[in-house]
Amino acid sequence: MADPVDTVAPPAPPSLAPGLTYLRFLSAALRRSFSGSWRFYAWMTVLTAIALVGLNGWGHQLQQGMQVTRMSDHVSWGLYIANFTFGVGLAAGAVMMVIPAYLYDDHDMHDVVIIGELLAIAAIAVCIGFIVADMGRPDRMWHILPGIGRFHWPVSMLTWDVLALNGYLLINLHIAGYLMYQRYRGKAPRKRWYLPFVFLSIGWAISIHTVTAFLYQGLGGRPFWNSALLAPRFLATAFISGPAFVIVLLHVVRWSGRLTFGDGPIRTLTSIMRVTVLLNLFMLMSELFTALYTGGAHAAAVKYLFFGSHGKHALVPYIWTAVTLNVTSAVLLFLPRTRVDRRWLLAACACAFVGVYIEKGMGLIIPGFVPSTLHEVVEYTPSITEWKVTAGVWALGLLILTVALKVGLAMWTGKVRAADAPPMVDGAP
Amino acid sequence: MSGPTRRVALKVVGATLGAGAFAYAGRPVAQWAASVDIDDLLRRHYKELTADELAQILRRIEDETQKKYGVEVRVEDIPAQDGVSFGYALNLSLCIGCRKCAEACHHENNHDRPTNNSYIRVLEMQQGSFDMEHGTVDYDHAVPAPGKYYMPVQCHQCDNAPCVKVCPVEATWKEKDGIVVVDYSWCIGCRYCEAACPYHARRFNWRAPEIPADEINPDQGYLSNRIRPQGVVEKCTFCLHRTRKGLLPACLEACPTGARVFGNLLDPASSIRYVLEHKRVYVLKEELGTRPRFFYFFDK
Ligand code: SF4
Ligand code: SF4
Repeated sequence: MADPVDTVAPPAPPSLAPGLTYLRFLSAALRRSFSGSWRFYAWMTVLTAIALVGLNGWGHQLQQGMQVTRMSDHVSWGLYIANFTFGVGLAAGAVMMVIPAYLYDDHDMHDVVIIGELLAIAAIAVCIGFIVADMGRPDRMWHILPGIGRFHWPVSMLTWDVLALNGYLLINLHIAGYLMYQRYRGKAPRKRWYLPFVFLSIGWAISIHTVTAFLYQGLGGRPFWNSALLAPRFLATAFISGPAFVIVLLHVVRWSGRLTFGDGPIRTLTSIMRVTVLLNLFMLMSELFTALYTGGAHAAAVKYLFFGSHGKHALVPYIWTAVTLNVTSAVLLFLPRTRVDRRWLLAACACAFVGVYIEKGMGLIIPGFVPSTLHEVVEYTPSITEWKVTAGVWALGLLILTVALKVGLAMWTGKVRAADAPPMVDGAP
Repeated sequence: MSGPTRRVALKVVGATLGAGAFAYAGRPVAQWAASVDIDDLLRRHYKELTADELAQILRRIEDETQKKYGVEVRVEDIPAQDGVSFGYALNLSLCIGCRKCAEACHHENNHDRPTNNSYIRVLEMQQGSFDMEHGTVDYDHAVPAPGKYYMPVQCHQCDNAPCVKVCPVEATWKEKDGIVVVDYSWCIGCRYCEAACPYHARRFNWRAPEIPADEINPDQGYLSNRIRPQGVVEKCTFCLHRTRKGLLPACLEACPTGARVFGNLLDPASSIRYVLEHKRVYVLKEELGTRPRFFYFFDK
C-alpha cells in the first residue's frame, strides 16, 4: 500500500451539487492516473513507446496504402483480423468473473469482479484498434455509424458486430464507472442502477463472440469457416483465454498490494479452465475428424494448416505450437502439483493463453483463405509493419488496462474518496 | 544540484523527449490526415445524391485524375436501362486459354500496371475433372496444352450475391440490369466482400493504381472503370460503361475464338438466350445458392 490517500482540496462543503462531485471524481481519477512510483512510470513509458511505434507504422500504412502489409487478394485478412478475433474472445472471457459473482453469488469473486469489467473495456478498445488498423479507408469510418452513414443492418453481420462490441463497451463502462463513482462518494451502489446492466452484460458477452463467429461462419464460399461448430469453439476458447489472463492479472494485483482477496476467485477460474481446455480440444478433434475422414473441400484447408500442401508450409509451425501449448496447458491444469504451486498454475495459464492466441488468430483466419476460392495456394506471413501496428494496439490496450486498474482499484478500496464521503467500514462503503 | 532541482530538470528533459517522440511518431498520420479531401470525406452515398451533386462529383473526379495522372478523362454516370437484364455465357469447348480477355480487361478497366491486375483469372483445368484443385492459373506454356481445358473466371454478378449481403455500409449493390457495382467513393475498405465472394472476383487497391498517362482509357464510368482510389475494393462490372451503351464487353471483343456470348436475357432474340435455351449450361459452385448470371457450356 505505497500510495498515500488522495485528498480533495479544498475541503468540500457537506453537500455538493452532483455535477460538481462528478467533475471532482473525474479529476481525481485523472490525477491518479498520472501519479505513481518509478516502476509505474517505467512501465507506462515502455508501453507508450511501443504504442508510438505502432502509430508510426499505421501512419505509413495510411500514406502508402496497405501494400505495406503482406496481405493480398488471396489472403485478404491477416494479422489484424486474427488479433481482433482473439481480442473479442478476451473481452467475452472476462464474463467468467461476472457470472460466478452475480449469478452464483460467489462473494470472493464479488470482491474482484471489477477487474473483469475493466479488462473487458480494455479488450474492446483493442478490438476497435485492430478493426481501424485493418480498414483501407479509416477516413470514411462514419459511413458505418447507425443513423448517420448507411448502416446495412440487419443483413450484414459486420453491422451486428458494431452494435455488439460498442454496446458491450458502453455497458461495461457504465457498470465499472457507476460502482467506482459510488465508492468514491462513499455510498452503497443502488441495485437498480447496475444490476440490470450486469445481467445484460452477461448475455451481451456471449453475443459479441457469437456474432464475431457468425461473421466467418456465414460465408458459404469458405468451407474452413463454414461450420456450425465455429461459434461454440469461439466461446470455449474465449473462456480459456479470459480466465487465463485474469488469473495472471490477479496475481499481479495481489503482488502490487493494491487489493487483498482470498484464493477463491483463482480457484473458481482454474476450475472453469479445466473444463474449457478439454472442451476446446474435443471440438478441435471433432473438426479434424470430420475434415480428414470425409476429405474434399473442407479438408484442403485443414491439410494445408496441419501438414502443408503443394509444397507450402507457412502455417504448420504455428498450429503445432498452438496444439502443443493447448495440450500442455490441459495436462498442467490437471496435475495435483498445480493446485498447490502457483508457478505451475501461472505456467499453465501462459500456455493456454498463447496457445489460444495462435490457434484462434493465425490458425483460424489464414486457413480460411488458403487454398483460395479458386484453389490457389498463396501463403501469408505478416510484414514488419503489421507486427509494429499489432504491438502498438496491444500496448495501447495495456495502457488502458493499467490506468483503469490503478484508478479503479484505488476507488474500489476507498483510497481515493470525496472529501464529504463517510468513512469506510470493513472495506465497504 | 539539489534534489528538487534535479527532479525538475529531469522532468523537463523527459517532457521534451516525450513531446519529440509523439511528434515524430505521429507525423505520418498527421500528413495523411492533412491530405484527406474534405469534399470527398463529407459527400453522401451515391443513392442519396441529387443530379447536381453527382455532376459536381464527376467533374471533381475528372479534375483530380488530370492532376494526379496528367490526362484528360471523361467520367460519366450511365444508369441501367429498363427492360435490360444482362447475362454472359462462356463456351469451354472453344476457349483455348490464351488470356486475351484478361489482358483486354487490364487495359479497358484502367488496372494497376505493375501488378498486371485483371478481373479475369483463367484456370487451366485437367480433362475429366471439374475440381479446381487440379487446376492452375500459373501455366506458362503454349496453349491449348494436351489433356487440358481452360476456364476463365470473373465476377458472376450473382443474383443472391454474398458480397452485397456482407457489406456493412451498402457500398456495393445490385443494379436493376443485374450488374453488381461498387461505389469506390463510399467503400471503407474492410474487405469483408472479398472474403465472402466464392469466385475470387473482387480485388483490393493495396495502393493507388499506377498507369502511364498514355495508357489510360479516358472513357470512364463512375461505377465501373474510373481509376480507383487507394484502399477500396473493385470488381468486374460487365464493362457497364460500354454495355449500357449497346457495346460489348472488352473481354468478349478480345476473344479470338468467339467463346464468349453476352446479351440481354429479356430479349428472346438475343444470342445469350439462344445459348441458354439450346446448350447444356451450368454455373460454378451452384450448391452455394449464389445464382450466377455467368454460365459455362460445352459445345461438343
Ligand atoms: S461473383 Fe463474387 S463479386 Fe461477383 S456478384 Fe458474385 S459474390 Fe459478388
Ligand atoms: S470492402 Fe468496401 S464494398 Fe467490400 S464490404 Fe467493405 S465497405 Fe463494402
